[in-house]
Amino acid sequence: MSIIEEKKGVSNVKVVTANEAVALAVKCAKVDVVGAYPISPQTSIMEYLTKYIETENLSMEIVRVESEHSAMAVAMGAASVGARAFTATASQGLLYMAEMVYWVGGSRLPVVMAITSRAMGAPWILGNEHTDVLLPREWGWMVLFPEHNQEVFDTIIQAYRIADKTLIPVVVGLDGFILSHTTMPISIPDQSVIDSFIPKDVPKPYALNTSNPFTHGNAVHSNVYLEFRYDIFRTIEESEDLVDQVDKEWEKLTGRSYGGVIEEYLLDDAEVAIVVIGASSGDAKQAAKNVREKYGIKAGVIRLRSIRPFPVKRLSQIASKLKAIGVFDRNMSPGLGGMIATEVKFALYDLKDKPIVQSYIGGLGGKDVRIVDFEKIFTELKEIVDGRIGVQRVRWVGLDLAAVDSYFEEV
Amino acid sequence: MTSIKQLPYEEYFLAGNGSCPGCGLTIGLRNVLKALGKEVYMVVPASCSSVVQSPFPNSSATVPLLNTPFAASAAAASGMVRALKVMGRDSVVMVWAGDGGTFDIGLATVSGAAERNEDLLYICYDNEAYMNTGGHRSSATPLGTFTGTTPTGKRENKKNIPLIMAAHGIPYVATASIAFITDLYDKILKAKDMKGFRYIQIFSPCTPGWLLPTEKSVESAKLAVQTGMYPLFEIENGIFKISAPSKAYLKKEKRKPLTDYFKLQGRFKHLKEEDIKLIEKWVDEISEEYASMDGKKVV
Repeated sequence: MSIIEEKKGVSNVKVVTANEAVALAVKCAKVDVVGAYPISPQTSIMEYLTKYIETENLSMEIVRVESEHSAMAVAMGAASVGARAFTATASQGLLYMAEMVYWVGGSRLPVVMAITSRAMGAPWILGNEHTDVLLPREWGWMVLFPEHNQEVFDTIIQAYRIADKTLIPVVVGLDGFILSHTTMPISIPDQSVIDSFIPKDVPKPYALNTSNPFTHGNAVHSNVYLEFRYDIFRTIEESEDLVDQVDKEWEKLTGRSYGGVIEEYLLDDAEVAIVVIGASSGDAKQAAKNVREKYGIKAGVIRLRSIRPFPVKRLSQIASKLKAIGVFDRNMSPGLGGMIATEVKFALYDLKDKPIVQSYIGGLGGKDVRIVDFEKIFTELKEIVDGRIGVQRVRWVGLDLAAVDSYFEEV
Repeated sequence: MTSIKQLPYEEYFLAGNGSCPGCGLTIGLRNVLKALGKEVYMVVPASCSSVVQSPFPNSSATVPLLNTPFAASAAAASGMVRALKVMGRDSVVMVWAGDGGTFDIGLATVSGAAERNEDLLYICYDNEAYMNTGGHRSSATPLGTFTGTTPTGKRENKKNIPLIMAAHGIPYVATASIAFITDLYDKILKAKDMKGFRYIQIFSPCTPGWLLPTEKSVESAKLAVQTGMYPLFEIENGIFKISAPSKAYLKKEKRKPLTDYFKLQGRFKHLKEEDIKLIEKWVDEISEEYASMDGKKVV
């Protein structure tokens, strides 16, 4: 509980999973219409929402559709007439929904979607991985990635503020199982605080109505399509400051902030740093502390809260003071590197004094990545800085090919 | 029953739109909107209607219109209906979809919305193939028909979507035709005032897709009814009723020969006598079936 809340006496602490934190945030955001379809590890979000609706007499409508494609279509239809809309999905569900996700991005409708990260098949796999959450970063959506349950709640609220302001829909990613099914205490601000932060009577120039009818999404010629895409590009590019500002304003009201686009940890005197997103950031931070104590490595953590907008400005400021960055990706771009590592390299290429960037890939399909793994990354980065080892295109974390071979031997 | 002279003068889907001469869908849409008036939201999936409405910055629709991806219309309309409910707005939400978007790619979505009995009016204008891609078979394409992907004639019968929709237990299902405007108009009027999921399927000739002379569009639609190829009926709260334009043609001896209908259209030009016999068998069976259902509760 923050000091400010204690003073104001508005705190309401609940011990919840991150999925319940999402559902509570959706309720507090006074969402009008939810498109609901079950998929692990997202399903309990919809269970909580349906329970709130059926037992608390909310005016929210939940449409229990027959596919993820339809879940996003419901959100789109609702948003198109000016309602506040939400849906959530993961993994295969996002892939099935993809056409609609792209369409909503192009439609500039302020929908918010939670994605509880999960790897994708084949083969069938339930474990956590970030590839799914990162896909919509190319689809005209903002992508935010909180670290823990409290931040999940706060980020859903912040996402509506950002979406309403920019008319860019927002994905809030959260680590499947690691957060979605883990309980932590969260503090829920007074409803009036949330109402004032994300008012519903904002300008909605896109909203269809019968008194001033217009057509939404009809065909265009190529003389304007590029320009429409440019506007999405520019709006997301220019939102780096907005994400910072929204986080600061939230701090004024609740006492909580997360650094805006980037949470900076032990970076003031750092020589090497790990770039990381989501729940693993806690382990990376602990590892930074450990290697400082154990080996005297000046280690820090750059936690990207925002993948779109990609925080080019802030990352450049931070990186120019560093000697090496290890980007830990719980995802991959096959044959190239980690998805975020490739973006970090793009962002830093034009820096005069740029650090070395080493891509690390690990944790795919939910494979455990521990504090010692992050410690090893720090020590490797230090060795790279000292010239004892070279940079590889990708360094893999926890890769154990012998384990796979042993299965084939048995066969 | 409304007479042709009683149809409103107001136009809600404007002239100068992008449709082909003799286009069935625009004849249908023009009159559907006359029945629905101004207080309607239109949802249109990928189809000829995506093009016919005219490209940005123009639009032939004078009612709010939301374009959606192919399979999404019934779900997007569901979201819209629920949103309007929360916001306290009382307007009709109408999906205007083609047969590909209804019979094939959108079927799960249509079925989902029907199962939930969403309060919307779903209209399928049925031109019996994917006409926006240049004429390719859908599951609405009749047996024997030539299309770009059935160059020697389709091997399968048309899927009976109206009965599948009725099996959902929705309050209203109807087939209609652009050749019988007042019958169509009255069905829309009736559906407009009902609550829940309402499904209307409108027979809409496609002149380029059917290799049909532009001036024969309405005539061919009339013949589809008179030959028994496209029976018009309603299923209201589960009770099946043959509509007036089809009434006489349930009896085989009253039906016009199928060749009257086929000979107008290039898409049937290749049919051999044995093909026509097969199609005739289908018409006979379905007419008999509908005659036996007439006036009865069928769902």
